[in-house]
Amino acid sequence: MPPESSVDATKQKRRASIDWSDVGFRAALPVLAMLAALLIGAVVLLLLKVNPFEAYAAIFNGVFGSMTGFTQSLVKATPLLLVGLGICIAFRASVINIGAEGQIVLGALGATAWALGFKTWPAWLLVPTTLLASFVSGAFWGFIPGVLKARFRVNEILSTVMMNAIALQLMNMLVRGPLIDQAGVAAGTYLAQSERLPQAAWLQRLIPQTLLTSGAILAVVLAFVVYLFLWRTTIGFRIRAVGLNPDASRYAGVNVALYQALSLTLAGGFAGLAGAVEVMGVHHRLLEGITSGYGFSGIVAALFGGLHPLGLIPAAWLFGSLLVGADKMQRAVQVPSALIDMLLGLVVLFVVGSAFISKRWAVRRSIANAKAASEEVKA
Amino acid sequence: MKMQSKLMVMFSVLIVAVMLLSACAPAATPAAPAAAAKVIRVAVVMPSATTDMAFSQSMYSALLSVQKEMGGETAMEIKYSENMFKVPDAAAALRDYATQGFDVVIAHGSQYGSSVEEIAKDFPKTTFAWGTDVNTFGQPNIYAYTAAAEEGGYVNGVLAAKLSQSKQIGVTGPVEVGDAKTYISGFVQGVASVDPGMKVNKTWTGSFSDVALMTEAAKTHIANGADILTGSSQSVVGSIGAAKDNGKVLWFGTQSDQATLAPTLVVASQVYDWTGMIKEIIASRTTGTLGGKTYILQLKNDGLKIAYNSGYSLPADVKAAGDKAIEDIKSGAVKVTP
Amino acid sequence: MMQIFTQTVMMGILISAIRLATPYLFAAIGEAFAQSSGVVNLGVDGIMLVGAFIAFYITLITGNVWLGVLGAAVSGLLMGLLMSFISVTLKAEQGISGIGLYMFGLGLSSLLFKVLVGTVQTVEGFQPIKLPILGDIPIIGEIFFQHSLPVYAAFLLVPLAWWFLDKTTWGLKIKAVGQNPAAADSLGVNVDQVRYFSVCVGAVLAGLAGASLSTALVNLFQENLTAGLGFIAVALVYFGGWRPLGILTGALLFSTVNAFQLWMQVLGVNIPSDVAIMLPYLLTIAALVAVTNRVRAPAALNKPFERGEN
Repeated sequence: MPPESSVDATKQKRRASIDWSDVGFRAALPVLAMLAALLIGAVVLLLLKVNPFEAYAAIFNGVFGSMTGFTQSLVKATPLLLVGLGICIAFRASVINIGAEGQIVLGALGATAWALGFKTWPAWLLVPTTLLASFVSGAFWGFIPGVLKARFRVNEILSTVMMNAIALQLMNMLVRGPLIDQAGVAAGTYLAQSERLPQAAWLQRLIPQTLLTSGAILAVVLAFVVYLFLWRTTIGFRIRAVGLNPDASRYAGVNVALYQALSLTLAGGFAGLAGAVEVMGVHHRLLEGITSGYGFSGIVAALFGGLHPLGLIPAAWLFGSLLVGADKMQRAVQVPSALIDMLLGLVVLFVVGSAFISKRWAVRRSIANAKAASEEVKA
Repeated sequence: MKMQSKLMVMFSVLIVAVMLLSACAPAATPAAPAAAAKVIRVAVVMPSATTDMAFSQSMYSALLSVQKEMGGETAMEIKYSENMFKVPDAAAALRDYATQGFDVVIAHGSQYGSSVEEIAKDFPKTTFAWGTDVNTFGQPNIYAYTAAAEEGGYVNGVLAAKLSQSKQIGVTGPVEVGDAKTYISGFVQGVASVDPGMKVNKTWTGSFSDVALMTEAAKTHIANGADILTGSSQSVVGSIGAAKDNGKVLWFGTQSDQATLAPTLVVASQVYDWTGMIKEIIASRTTGTLGGKTYILQLKNDGLKIAYNSGYSLPADVKAAGDKAIEDIKSGAVKVTP
Repeated sequence: MMQIFTQTVMMGILISAIRLATPYLFAAIGEAFAQSSGVVNLGVDGIMLVGAFIAFYITLITGNVWLGVLGAAVSGLLMGLLMSFISVTLKAEQGISGIGLYMFGLGLSSLLFKVLVGTVQTVEGFQPIKLPILGDIPIIGEIFFQHSLPVYAAFLLVPLAWWFLDKTTWGLKIKAVGQNPAAADSLGVNVDQVRYFSVCVGAVLAGLAGASLSTALVNLFQENLTAGLGFIAVALVYFGGWRPLGILTGALLFSTVNAFQLWMQVLGVNIPSDVAIMLPYLLTIAALVAVTNRVRAPAALNKPFERGEN
């Protein structure tokens, strides 16, 4: 057999199969980073005169010790996954979306306004349309900085930070004005929350007595959708191309600015969905603090997941578990949950800092592959 | 490559080891009931810190003083979760405490309503208390509580109007909702009852926690000529700080006694005193009542108290006017609208 | 509406604006240093929080504000070193590592506060100082020359930073590294060293920004005291076109609008407070669109440098 075709065949086989050790290594990195942070946390706990094992056991216990704890980790993972998916898309186009907090708010607003506006609709019609409304509103909030970047070259970090603040004030204004719960006004409590959503707009509870809803299933399904979108469609390919090499893409005729704006818009839409899930599944109304900081922790979760939609699924759950566990730890050993926030920051730094390890690993891998390929040729 | 795979093995072993050790470590055991006299176990979930000099602190210090009265930790156990501004976290905490067998579970935050409604159904032997609101959801094991903040606001307003020399009063509000809104509404009415023409200027920072903005708002009021300030929420420490910097501006507080923050400038604070309510809730358990009642803190039932600051020398006639306002509200001669 | 145009009010707005601009100036000029050399540091808010706490705490227990300021500067330096190590030596993705640093700073400052202090309380911070002669000038004196030391320092930083970046060799090196690190490297400039320097300067200034907040502006510490101020400061760098004078303009614009909306509320001008609070942010975006074609980012911004790669 002529040498070239055997090399071709090997090359093709290598392209088709997934390099599991590579995936394994990449998955291990965030876990290792977390362990390193936990070690540092243990030192801090000792300084606080708390038994680290008891504290960490509480974290573990918080998630696996009860059905409530476990479902809570999934409940928290859902918005993290959704926001993370958006961050993923944007990041693949080399756009950093810091505006998820504001986009969640807009999504929540859109969902609330729609559901309250069409109270009489049946569930099968109301739920999907409300979700769509939230996606559109969130996308709108991503669209604005996207357009500002595309048309006016306004830096997206700058504009999204501003948009976050504006969204927050907008929500405050609406939730204590036109959207305020009239029952609260009548009772004189004037609570900053909207009217309760009609039951037809509630997401289906999966396990009774818990907050786990079909929103979780939606999020997982969307993760697969985003994966297919990014790797199996032309638009998705272009988004990734723009992120990997904007100059080459431009040369190839791809409108870089357009795809970056598009990625921001989509990111906003997914964050908006996270807002909808919180409103339709968890709280059943719009209230202050609806974002719960998911806009920022979603970034971290995306990082955990290697900025890959499928990696995001376990990553979001892991992250959600940490958050649930931290609360339990605060209850059990009275250590402020701020400790976990601090450790999570360290984890981000470790994971991001260890990228150079994976780069070296990738280089070595490719050298090894090349060696193996050349040996094949010789054989 | 070899080095890296060794590292991998090392770390994998470490992972497994830590996980096994954590899982094997004694999990936090729920406190067993005392052998002799039965300890009453109370848990409280709060949206801000126990040290916020405002809403959460009012409940926490009330619990502490009831505990002291009852004989300390052997008679009453208190466990708390603070900074639970995320409702699902609070719900998890509430459910957790109920599962651990606490007798009284207090959801100290109006946003916890729907959580309490659902969780209470699963734990019929536990007393749940929830505020600030008036709705007990028709369930026999839920108490609701709120504070008629406008009453103390009125009294503060009367005192402020009498003390102001520049005839300009500043109100630094957080967000125009809840007891912040009702308190300030009462305050304005109190001022008007003494001098309808006196100016009361209001600012709203839009946040319960933005202290810096609250400080700036207070400074702005002062620069505009206000010589008395009041406000609500845990961010008022900023306003009080601005008053202290000026040195002459007086302060009226609410939710907790804020005299310690500015010992010579705080005139009076409306204090939420939940102790009476807590004692009644605990006592009712012995007769089998676990809920179904709404408590409203008022001047009349001693749930609201006006704490005059001894560090500030209040002229006798002004104090008399304040006391008269208190009496009038108690008797119903004066009605304050929230 | 006419109440706005009285002397008291106009003066009051300007005085507030000048004071409010202080932390923004410290943080944004610091960030300008870092970004001029090509590194985006989104962790500014976290560094500010740690600096604010350290300054507050040291002042609380020693009674010495200057010691507090020193502590804040040191904590800023340490965090700057961490950030430099991660983004310059390890060449990590800068945006995300900045967010990580922010989370770390937020968590650390909250944890330390809860464990060491617990209750919110005020300290004796920097008091306003009336400058002799200058402070006695009618009107102008009251507006500009009766502030506390950190305020004066923040404004003095503007010409200092301009001079350093534009007129010194180091400043030239920083900007060169930010525009074309490969070229600078080939000319013998140690790119990594320059970036370490500028990031650390930025971090020290961020620490001082936090200190100015907790010991001069509000004289207390509370969890998340900055409430996102650091991110706005980063935005101001872009707004100001990476030049100290532009940053000064942006900071003053922002703080003036903030002060303005406060006064509008106090005077009872009928604008819903939420809209009023939104104004500074809306204005910033509008201004950004207006100036965007005239400013150019450092070409190598947010790109880790590896010899042989760029």
